[in-house]
Amino acid sequence: MDWDRILLALQVLAVDPAGVKGLWLRARCGAVRDRVTTALAMLPLPLVRLHPGVSDEALYGGLDLSATLATGRTVMSRGLLARPAGLILTMAERVPPGLSARLAHALDTSGTCLIALDEAAEAGEGLPATLTDRLGLFVDLEALAWSDTTDIAVDSGSLAAARALLPTVVLPAEAARALTQAAAELGIASLRAPLLAMAAARALAALAGRTGVAEDDLLRAAELVYAHRALPQSEPATQDQPSPPPPDAGEPGAEDNTRQDQTIPEELLVEAARAALPAGLLAELAAGRAARAAKGASGTGSARAGNRRGRPLPSRPGKLGSGARIDLVATLRAAAPWQPLRRRAAASDAVLLVRAADIRLKRFEETSDRVLIFAVDASGSSAFARLAEAKGAVELLLAAAYARRDHVSLVAFRGTGAEVVLPPTRSLVQTKRRLAGLPGGGGTPLAAGMQAAMATAAMARARGLTPTIALLTDGRGNIALDGSASRTQAEEDALRLARAIRAGGFPAIVIDTANRPQASLAQMARAMDAPYLALPRADARKLSSVLGAALGA
Amino acid sequence: MPADTAPKLHALPTRAAPRQPFPFSAIVGQEAMKQAMLLTAIDPAIGGVLVFGDRGTGKSTAVRALAALLPEIEAVEGCPVNSPRLELCPDWAQVTQTQIIRKPTPVVDLPLGVTEDRVVGALDIERALTRGEKAFEPGLLARANRGYLYIDEVNLLEDHIVDLLLDVAQSGENVVEREGLSIRHPARFVLVGSGNPEEGDLRPQLLDRFGLSVEVTSPGDVETRVEVILRRDAYDTAYEAFMPDWQAADAALRERILAARAALPALKTPATVLHDCASLCIALGSDGLRGELTLLRAARAQAAFEGAASVSRAHLKAVAAMALSHRLRRDPLDEAGSGARVARMLDDVLP
Repeated sequence: MDWDRILLALQVLAVDPAGVKGLWLRARCGAVRDRVTTALAMLPLPLVRLHPGVSDEALYGGLDLSATLATGRTVMSRGLLARPAGLILTMAERVPPGLSARLAHALDTSGTCLIALDEAAEAGEGLPATLTDRLGLFVDLEALAWSDTTDIAVDSGSLAAARALLPTVVLPAEAARALTQAAAELGIASLRAPLLAMAAARALAALAGRTGVAEDDLLRAAELVYAHRALPQSEPATQDQPSPPPPDAGEPGAEDNTRQDQTIPEELLVEAARAALPAGLLAELAAGRAARAAKGASGTGSARAGNRRGRPLPSRPGKLGSGARIDLVATLRAAAPWQPLRRRAAASDAVLLVRAADIRLKRFEETSDRVLIFAVDASGSSAFARLAEAKGAVELLLAAAYARRDHVSLVAFRGTGAEVVLPPTRSLVQTKRRLAGLPGGGGTPLAAGMQAAMATAAMARARGLTPTIALLTDGRGNIALDGSASRTQAEEDALRLARAIRAGGFPAIVIDTANRPQASLAQMARAMDAPYLALPRADARKLSSVLGAALGA
Repeated sequence: MPADTAPKLHALPTRAAPRQPFPFSAIVGQEAMKQAMLLTAIDPAIGGVLVFGDRGTGKSTAVRALAALLPEIEAVEGCPVNSPRLELCPDWAQVTQTQIIRKPTPVVDLPLGVTEDRVVGALDIERALTRGEKAFEPGLLARANRGYLYIDEVNLLEDHIVDLLLDVAQSGENVVEREGLSIRHPARFVLVGSGNPEEGDLRPQLLDRFGLSVEVTSPGDVETRVEVILRRDAYDTAYEAFMPDWQAADAALRERILAARAALPALKTPATVLHDCASLCIALGSDGLRGELTLLRAARAQAAFEGAASVSRAHLKAVAAMALSHRLRRDPLDEAGSGARVARMLDDVLP
């Protein structure tokens, strides 16, 4: 991204933080990001730093327990959201859904402004869509070198003047119309985007010292607000859209955009937004959005906190803090016998004298969710029929998994490599869409498929899920890990990976879909320490019931 | 940036804080969602609305607008569960006032990641620690009694909270047995949930607790979108000029709700309508009888809202999709969606 545009975005944010709601800052931690975050001091709001594990007490305020115990009277702490502030959210890619929902509510109701520092490193990581939808501005520092940037000089006088001018800035209805149409044409479904763009356009006009919004302001507002929301141009707007409306809603779609009589042509706005970001980034953002959406309830990286929810266990003595919850009755019970002694020792007539050693903490036991990872052979030899059955089995298992809250993930391998078609999800909508688009044909890179399945399993385990791998193949692996068509090498690779899966302790099951059971596949299953099932003629329903039984579902 | 040029805190830009939520009547389009919400306002026994759809389609706006639209309720002053009469106040609340006041229908937000204590209520830590008293601090369920409980992103709600809600929504009573407390209080509320189906589905048990479900999508044509943006912008920037007209429209709507509520008991339900209800549910194979009951209640509310003297097949058809579409057995291989299945069946069964 171009440094001047970044500077402009920061100025817009400084003029009207409540209007544009905030900034999504995609950057690794480093000197360049520090330059930008230092400049945030020009915001007319007190700045507060948050981290993804911030507690409700910190956000909304509440009883300050340690101070209350120490002083013997009620001490309340004040929440961070109690008054408008510039919230700086660090490690925003790890925000759990609960926190993002609360921040979203704060953004909707008060003059709060959020700066999300997103350090997403891998595809699929990133800020939750609830927040990306609400934050007006986007800045990507990834490709910027230190030499591309300059010190950010803050002209607080002109910013103050712009702020004073802002309430008088008029945005004509025609301009609002053009911005809305441009958003529709860029495939931006959310109606928050045009409102944020209007706020940005007003702020730009105020910065330029005008009381009317000019065409230039609109162009630059479209660049700032729309660019990262737009769908990649190379793909048609109805495909791959993160949240396309269901087909039965009678949506007229884009064919309404035939009006040519605007004073401000929205094509210009569309062009401006398109030109503002490199195409690769746009596709990457869209992929990230889809992956985020597919991931569903689980969030990123949040291993479950064992002391917050689940079935209660007996309480234990412990230290307050780190999100632990106090078991009050047990604490009082522990403190009760010592009261007369303590009163005498402290020469106090307080009703209750509680010491830190009395504190008892609640403990909970939680079982983690299971994720079924299907590694499906989509090669030519496996044929399209088997692929269709595997698809059907995945859908049936997912439908049956509602009550158990299992997740399902799909890895397909064909040609020369493997692909994670569906990251772990519970969403039927997503599964159907991804499954429908799964192609077949080509060689059988069995080893690559196993590798991808294992990586998915490891990632799921890191997120606190319990993975199980189900490998559906006809066992004729003929493409090696390096992509070469060597049968011996391919089998050696597959066997090595089978041992790796066993060493990793991932439970697995191997389903042989070939017309005649393969001895090599049975051997591989043994290496994997996995049950081996030969199912030469199974339809989707039978496959699903056998799988369910084998996995103890 | 040199330290001496670092600006200190400036006055905030003058952006007046909204005093009233965005008016319900001013919401453009989304007719099904508005209709569903009005029906539950007329007859709370219908049992809640589930709104599923894309981001930024006005789901939260509509719920907050509904709060302002609803008629006030009468409640004992200071009663934590909004009891209408003094003798109904729970003992533990130790209500000292005897005055009956009018207050807005409670619309309580249930945030994601809320703790069990906050939902059902818990021992009042403050009073226990500072005064050594055992007292109950009511939770969100108490506050939502006789009103609405709103869950945004309901499909992301933790399972153990869902379990609590299922039980309370069914029985209309919240029973707390914990930390040495044994307390019960009424918790009758209309559950309103919203969410995006792409982020995960809802458990069928919870789905069934919602009386009506509607799907919202972003408006497809540009004119509607422009109208939405213009109204929202007028609300944000020219609040004083924008509100009076719409508040008048809201007041008229409120009158209609009150009139419909009054008309509801006298409304006639012909036997043919009952037959229609049953045959439609049988044809669709919906689980249990809750579908029939909800369908009938919704049709009655619709008839009352339209000022009709008796329920007719037209009323039934107007509410069938929203009352039944979420109760069908899921068919993972059916691409059309359950709304379309209901519509198809409607044409077959009730020509």
